[in-house]
Amino acid sequence: MSDPPFTAALESLNALAGGLFLLTAFAIVATRQTRSCLLLFIAQSLLLATSAFVLSVQHQSLHLAAVGIVNLVSKPIVIPWILRRTLSAEVYARREIDQVLNIPTSLLIALALAVLAYFLTLPILEGVAPQFRSANVPIGVAGLLLGAYTLTVRREAVPMLIGILAMENGAFFAGIALSRELPLIVELAVASDGLVLVFVTGVLVRAIQQRIGSTRVGELISLREESAPDAVAE
Amino acid sequence: MTLLAMLLLPLIAAALSVLPRMRPAAPAFTVVSSATALILACQTALRITAGASAVTFRGLLSVDGLGVLIVCLVSLVATTAAVYSWGYMRITSAQQPARLRLYYANYNLFVFAMLAIPMVVEPTLVWIFVELTTLTSALLVSFENTQVALEAAWKYVALSLMGAAIALLGFLVLFAALQAAGGEPYTWEGLTRAAPRMPPALLKTAFALILAGLGTKVGLVPLHTWLPDAHSQAPSPVCALLSGIETTSVLYVILRLLPMLDASHFSGVRNCVVIFGLISVGVAAFLLLQVRDYKRLFAFSTVEHMGIILVAAGLASEAAHYGAMYQILSHTVTKSFCFFAAGAAVLTVTTREIAAVRGLVRSSPAAAASLLLGGLAIAGAPPLSVFVSEFLILKAGLAEGRYVVVGFLTLFIGIAFFGVLLHINRMVFGRRSDGSPSFRAESPPGAAARVAERPTGLPHTCGLILLLGGALVVLLGVYLPSPLHELLRLASHGLQR
Repeated sequence: MSDPPFTAALESLNALAGGLFLLTAFAIVATRQTRSCLLLFIAQSLLLATSAFVLSVQHQSLHLAAVGIVNLVSKPIVIPWILRRTLSAEVYARREIDQVLNIPTSLLIALALAVLAYFLTLPILEGVAPQFRSANVPIGVAGLLLGAYTLTVRREAVPMLIGILAMENGAFFAGIALSRELPLIVELAVASDGLVLVFVTGVLVRAIQQRIGSTRVGELISLREESAPDAVAE
Repeated sequence: MTLLAMLLLPLIAAALSVLPRMRPAAPAFTVVSSATALILACQTALRITAGASAVTFRGLLSVDGLGVLIVCLVSLVATTAAVYSWGYMRITSAQQPARLRLYYANYNLFVFAMLAIPMVVEPTLVWIFVELTTLTSALLVSFENTQVALEAAWKYVALSLMGAAIALLGFLVLFAALQAAGGEPYTWEGLTRAAPRMPPALLKTAFALILAGLGTKVGLVPLHTWLPDAHSQAPSPVCALLSGIETTSVLYVILRLLPMLDASHFSGVRNCVVIFGLISVGVAAFLLLQVRDYKRLFAFSTVEHMGIILVAAGLASEAAHYGAMYQILSHTVTKSFCFFAAGAAVLTVTTREIAAVRGLVRSSPAAAASLLLGGLAIAGAPPLSVFVSEFLILKAGLAEGRYVVVGFLTLFIGIAFFGVLLHINRMVFGRRSDGSPSFRAESPPGAAARVAERPTGLPHTCGLILLLGGALVVLLGVYLPSPLHELLRLASHGLQR
């Protein structure tokens, strides 16, 4: 630990993981193909795991290493497997031609959100001990906001689901940078919760696909106060 | 030990409901396990009112006054809704009895998650159980498998999970704040003790994130948009659980944070909470006026009541906090009864449209009477319990000198009263413009098409629950047993330092 080049290398590795993490969050906003969305999510989870390992070495914390291992197993492997079991392959081949906003506009808004995340996290960074002051916190919050933004502009179910998962990734990315002793049981439970989440939403999306013949859930807008209920009758 | 047993009961019932051979007995298991949990919960509550400060199990599970109140209410609604489901679900899913297995398994898991929220001591685990309530109830909301039900379930899942991710960051920041303060365990109690030493910026950020995130799940305006959809499209017993107690059990988590903020002397935060609450009450009151679906009417009324509880919790005095607890009790009992009544109406008229139901009192007196009682009770007509709790809150507000808050609250409650009774009155006593007294049977929207051959009579279990629930609604308005009063008083201490 006392070796300065080693510490410096860890710090730059962490910074690299953070930069790429932010990049994947932007790419998820901009990608049309469902399959690439999923691949980007896997890449993002791997970066989250990398960051957890680096932090675990830096802070000499086994808990953070466990966070990394759980992320390494659950997100890149188990979650795509569950999705593949619950949904048909056809869903992955989908391209989303029209989002709610076009992609250049989306990216501009995403950029604004990332800047906003930086300013939102300034007070947090002032409040914590110096060794936790890193760029990971604003990057994680940016990941959270971009995930929420993905959820709002997408119309396809699976990219929306990936938006939710990316939000959780962002929350963890910021969270593990803030503290080192997060209880292990919590991490395990959060990971298994992610699996239940994917399973339930997968079942729901399959039901929607069977019933409505499409997974464009963004177009389901019949439940509103203004429209007469007769309009929704099949 | 009692606490562990209460958590295991619904899990066992869920496991038994999944077994194919056990299918006919699944409703019975559910009723028995919920009723046993209710008895255990009452026993625990009596131990607490008798002077035990908290009932714990190995430092993992623990309930104090506030916790045990929520546990009692969860198990109460779980029991009544289980009995109600027995008859109701047999009729509504007569064509696919196999799907009932899914229903009861999910039902018990949902109850398990709700019971765990007030028991678990570690805040991040509480977050997980909040998330589990969403996931286990999502398939209950979409149970009828119609296009609108699936749409409602998707909106519910997407928005709630989005909120949960924001709240997750909030809990992680809270943990960081605790570590910065040092030396206390990560439990509600430890957090409250450590609060004065926490960096204020972290605590405030954590509270803002958790309020925004879990506020989505509670249905606070502006993130309430999913609530009327989910709470109206689910089968009626599930609506009773969702609207009656699930929202409250999530609100409980937000209430737990208030003493921490007091400890670090942020006077502004309580005002913020009051303003949030008032906005919810106001928006819900105006939306109540223009609903077209009577289950949505009760769903918007839930948004209104969550706002009222938040306002009361945000006030400073002990009397207001007592009012908040009373409001939690009366809302749970009354709102679950309202949805049972709405379910009875759905069974008899096969539509949810307010405009299609006129003169219900002539075609189905039982449904009409319970709907009228439910409407009066939830709107806050004296002498019923919601009136008493709202009155206590307004009185406490006046005693504190918060005249503007009380003024707005009274105005909004008045508008909501008018809105609820306007619609209920038309449904129960109204005449159709063409003169025919009964409901319009030729326009079955949504789910009604496949249930056209339903018998019109109410199943016995539904009738029983309507009778018992109605009796409870009336009784709580005029008489509050002294252990219950003591429980509310102890629970209100959970909102103070």
